[in-house]
Amino acid sequence: MNSGIFHSTYKADMGLRHTYLEKARWVIFAIFLLAFPFFANRYYLTLANTIGIATIGAIGLNILVGYTGQISLGQGGFMAVGAYTAAILTINMGMPWWASTLVACVVTAIVGALFGIPSLRLKGLYLAIATLASQEIIIWIVTHWDAVTGGVDALVVPAPMLFGITMSSDFNFYWLVWALAGVTALLTANLFRTHIGRAFVAIRDQDIAAEVMGINLFKYKLLSFAVSSFFVGMAGALTAHYRSIVTWERFTVDISVLYLAMIIIGGLGSVRGAFFGATFITLLPATLTNLGRSLKSTFPVVDSILPFIQQAAFGLVIILFLVFEPEGINKMWKDIKDYFRLWPFSY
Amino acid sequence: MQRDFRHTLNSSPLNPGDLQLNVEHVRLGFGGVTALFDVSLSIYQSEIFAIIGPNGAGKTSLLNCISGLYHPQQGSITYHTGNAEHQITKLKPYEIAELGIARSFQNIELFRHMTVLDNIMAGAHVHMKAGLLSSMLYWGKTQREEIKFRRFAEDIIDLLEIQAIRDKQVGELAYGLQKRVELGRALAMKPAILLLDEPMAGMNAEEKEDMARFVLDVNEEHGVTIVLIEHDMGVIMDISDRIAVLNFGQKIGDGTPEEVSKNQDVVHAYLGEDEDANPVKQMNL
Ligand SMILES: Nc1ncnc2c1ncn2[C@@H]1O[C@H](COP(=O)(O)OP(=O)(O)O)[C@@H](O)[C@H]1O
Ligand SMILES: [Mg+2]
Repeated sequence: MNSGIFHSTYKADMGLRHTYLEKARWVIFAIFLLAFPFFANRYYLTLANTIGIATIGAIGLNILVGYTGQISLGQGGFMAVGAYTAAILTINMGMPWWASTLVACVVTAIVGALFGIPSLRLKGLYLAIATLASQEIIIWIVTHWDAVTGGVDALVVPAPMLFGITMSSDFNFYWLVWALAGVTALLTANLFRTHIGRAFVAIRDQDIAAEVMGINLFKYKLLSFAVSSFFVGMAGALTAHYRSIVTWERFTVDISVLYLAMIIIGGLGSVRGAFFGATFITLLPATLTNLGRSLKSTFPVVDSILPFIQQAAFGLVIILFLVFEPEGINKMWKDIKDYFRLWPFSY
Repeated sequence: MQRDFRHTLNSSPLNPGDLQLNVEHVRLGFGGVTALFDVSLSIYQSEIFAIIGPNGAGKTSLLNCISGLYHPQQGSITYHTGNAEHQITKLKPYEIAELGIARSFQNIELFRHMTVLDNIMAGAHVHMKAGLLSSMLYWGKTQREEIKFRRFAEDIIDLLEIQAIRDKQVGELAYGLQKRVELGRALAMKPAILLLDEPMAGMNAEEKEDMARFVLDVNEEHGVTIVLIEHDMGVIMDISDRIAVLNFGQKIGDGTPEEVSKNQDVVHAYLGEDEDANPVKQMNL
């Protein structure tokens, strides 16, 4: 029986994965991820790819909101910056998709840091309103700067190619997006075991004490905006290359709210939580649609009211989560793990 | 139990007795309220300097001026680090922290959702240099830095006898332990001056005794200068080298415990009319 975790060296104690069980779970998860595309049909591959993009975006948002405590409603806008930058560079300058993606990440990081400046003066709801303004400003620019963004018309991005292979096919894109999601998760998990990550969390928990401990609030808040936006921009750029069509409608404030729901339901301030939330929020409407379809044959009326049921069910699930497990799916996962760690003596 | 410290907690290059902090004619007001009138005092390396006075006297405000949370309207605060002399009156709190002034707060201000260990590690922030990219890669250099400061944090954990709770979230801990962790977090800065705002308030006798012992350890073994606000006159008379007395924002006396306990102004103003109930006199110094 494993009654607790002990380590003989600081290096081991400071590692990311601690127990054999934990390592075993990771191996199983990795095998699942590797095997999945060989068994899944196109529908499930599309879902998996959507989850992959959402995971990257949600980890990015969680860095800012969950770890640093800076509430943001600008997610959609920042994703738009990433998507449009990648699309424009590829369309107009013929940049390869991977280069335009990288530039898009950097550009979004800079834009994010700029729109993060108000966070020095504003907290909580006031900051939420300021980031909402960034969201609207970005979308306004996107829809009005016709010469560059094509205005309200969609941009069509050429298919991303690598050594003659089309990367945007569902099967190929799967490898790309999940490799990037893995890298994003690893980089973020690493960041939060170093002094920079602790500075972010310190700002969230007690900003005055953080400053008195020598943390430059200006620098670290903007850094958090930049790092967060880097990954959010990546999610945007991947959306552009995967869907090959970029329109502003994909990046409205609805998306900002949806991503906030992901990290709240998944677990604030946790990489794993961002993944859980992205999975849940992507699968929920798909499941509801499938459920509706199968009910349609028996209850034809379902068809006409399905969209409303979907919206209501979506809202209901979120409310239930907030009421019964405010710490999110990640907390449920921890509880389950703790239960089995001491199993069969779990009382 | 105590193992030898592999690290010093004191980053000040001064010799004991050197002038370290000079507060001159500080005036601080908030709208109509004046919290400090023309307060001057000098603090010397490696002493324990106590600030006493009734509630609302301006003690916390004075610490806030020193650590940069408040900026006085008049006067200056000069901080000496051997070869340099810093005007810290207008500096930001993080700049003052980088110069080596650490503190704890009257109402505990820990990072509630972090573990005890992470709180202490966060206290060492000013000494940690890893950049963003190497932190995200957790490359050799960054990992070595983290491990090095982890060892240092363990020294502090041993000193404060909080081994058993190192992985607990501080928000879950009892009040007395939280006060201890807050001391630990400040110590992780390797302070040249440590400002403690009522570190023993609300503690029972045993906890107070422990805390006093830790403060003395840090002062005697590491030579860290301590500026201490405290109401318990027994502790104050026992451990401080010099005392300043504030009343309604004014300094009404300072000196050694003995001098202060004989100062008529102090006895009168601070201890009220009823001189028989004078705890300073009862100390029988
Ligand atoms: N931020 C502030 N805004 C307004 N008044 C303040 C502020 N901080 C302190 N004061 C006032 O300054 C005076 C001294 O307070 P303080 O320094 O906290 O006293 P002490 O720590 O000695 O009990 C009090 O009258 C208090 O109300
Ligand atoms: Mg006070």
